[in-house]
Amino acid sequence: MSEAAGRPARPPLRHRLRRHAQILVALPLLAALVLVAAAAPILVAHEPNTLNPRAKVQPPGRVYVLGTDEFGRDLLSRLAYGARITLIVAFASVILAAVGGTALGTVAAYAGRVAEAAIMRTMDGMLCFPPILLGIFVVTFLGQSLANLILVIGVLYIPRFTRVVHSSTLAIRELEYVESARALGSSAVRIIARAILPNILAPILVQASLAAGHAILMESGLSFLGLGPPPPAPSWGRMVEQSGRYMQLSLLPIIWPSAAISVTVLAFNLLGDGLRDLLDPRLRK
Amino acid sequence: MLRYLLRRTGLSLLLLFVVATILFFSIHLLPGDPVLLILGGDAAQPTPEQIATVRAKLGLDKPLWLQYVTWLERVIRGDLGRSLVDDRPVARDLANRLPRTLQLVVPATLIATALGVPLGMFAARRRGRLADPLASSTALLGFSMPVFVVGMLLVALFSITLGWLPPTGYVPFGEDPLGFLRHLILPAVALAAAPMAITMRMTRSSFLEQSSLDYVRTARAKGLPEPAVAWRHVLKNALLPVVTVVGLQIGGMFAGAVLVEYIFSWPGLNTLLLNSISTRDYPIIQGVVLLAAVLFVFVNLITDLCYAFVNPRIRYE
Repeated sequence: MSEAAGRPARPPLRHRLRRHAQILVALPLLAALVLVAAAAPILVAHEPNTLNPRAKVQPPGRVYVLGTDEFGRDLLSRLAYGARITLIVAFASVILAAVGGTALGTVAAYAGRVAEAAIMRTMDGMLCFPPILLGIFVVTFLGQSLANLILVIGVLYIPRFTRVVHSSTLAIRELEYVESARALGSSAVRIIARAILPNILAPILVQASLAAGHAILMESGLSFLGLGPPPPAPSWGRMVEQSGRYMQLSLLPIIWPSAAISVTVLAFNLLGDGLRDLLDPRLRK
Repeated sequence: MLRYLLRRTGLSLLLLFVVATILFFSIHLLPGDPVLLILGGDAAQPTPEQIATVRAKLGLDKPLWLQYVTWLERVIRGDLGRSLVDDRPVARDLANRLPRTLQLVVPATLIATALGVPLGMFAARRRGRLADPLASSTALLGFSMPVFVVGMLLVALFSITLGWLPPTGYVPFGEDPLGFLRHLILPAVALAAAPMAITMRMTRSSFLEQSSLDYVRTARAKGLPEPAVAWRHVLKNALLPVVTVVGLQIGGMFAGAVLVEYIFSWPGLNTLLLNSISTRDYPIIQGVVLLAAVLFVFVNLITDLCYAFVNPRIRYE
């Protein structure tokens, strides 16, 4: 360790490249996914829900690039439109969770012991429920729809953000520059907005990226169980479930959506891991 | 140790209370009306008298705080209500199903730990060589794949393509031990995949962290051979955080079991839950969710006690 010299030594280039490699792999993947989802109507030749009784369970070919499912629907088109569902659920639920968690976390850190205990113990309690069970429970009551899915997943991931924000806020609150802001007479709201939030953005971002991966796992899991957006919506989880029923005929219809889910979750996990290494100086070695 | 045990148990009981409270109020805050669910939804168009009868039968006509106290008291006595479909006590259904879910979760935990720890250690000891990034990327892929994708791909490979193992079903161990094992392999492996990857990553980073500490340098300096350093000194300390992770994984596996039981028609707790979704049998759904949370708290308590047992520093905090 040469930190005694003032500045820490820069790690060898090989290591720095490898650290960024995760982000360098993840970002193009996610960008491509967003592009496919946004441009789905232009990119694919067939409607995702058009049935073709004369082309059931076709292998990949010139007309249907990835083949068709048991109703003769174009798999490529369903995958592309499915990306929309996946990304909308992931982004919207994570934003909901991040905003809710940040609000609760800062309030818990600032509002006194009773409120803090009430908020944090409720979060501990929520974390005891396996998310998918609570998801099943709530969707059964609320009914299936895209909005309910977002709402459920978003609320379920609030506790993680609350914990991260709460502990980061407690740590930063005691720093000298926050103390000086307080001494100058800034209100708590101003201190939170101007001094604390910008400094806890990094852990929130890392958490958001990892939570997006979790949200997709959860959305596809609920869709797999038939609790996602109702058919004929081309959600990837439901595609896996449905094509599992005619596995003997062809394995391809199950492999495409499986790969799509796995690669998307992987990309978010890589991004989260990479961001954590990049943004959290304590982990740099 | 006794003081720690008492304090930790007390905290867990408090947490269970919070869990039960959240569940109770989430039922009552959700817009869906259980009475309508029981009477067959809006489509059945129940008369106001029918609604009032069911409401009174369930005690829903009483003030909320009274319902809460009554409910809590019954739950503590182990009375989780009766199924709306066949009127059987929910607690008995849960007691019948729980052992079969455990038959899935326990082997999966053993597989995940027995493979995850050595693989993590292997990767850490080969840091900077090809095997490490390879093992680490596989682990990352392992927990990026949804459990149902792993399950379906296992069925596609080992049942449909190779024909080695049955795709679905359950045989009681008492009737046919070999048949039980044949039916167990695929679901247990599917359930173990993600926890194994997480255990492996945790072991790897914990092992690397310990390897850079002074006592390891001392051990090397006094001339201990490298395997002795790794196995006797580093691993022992590196496993401490892994204990916690494995505990958390066991709790999480009850969630993964939902999907695995569904794929493999394994008649455990979660199949009961999923059957109850279509019939809107909400006492059962509520019972399964509560049981899963209780098991989660219980497993974490055991994990923490194990942790304190192997790590004396915790006890004297």
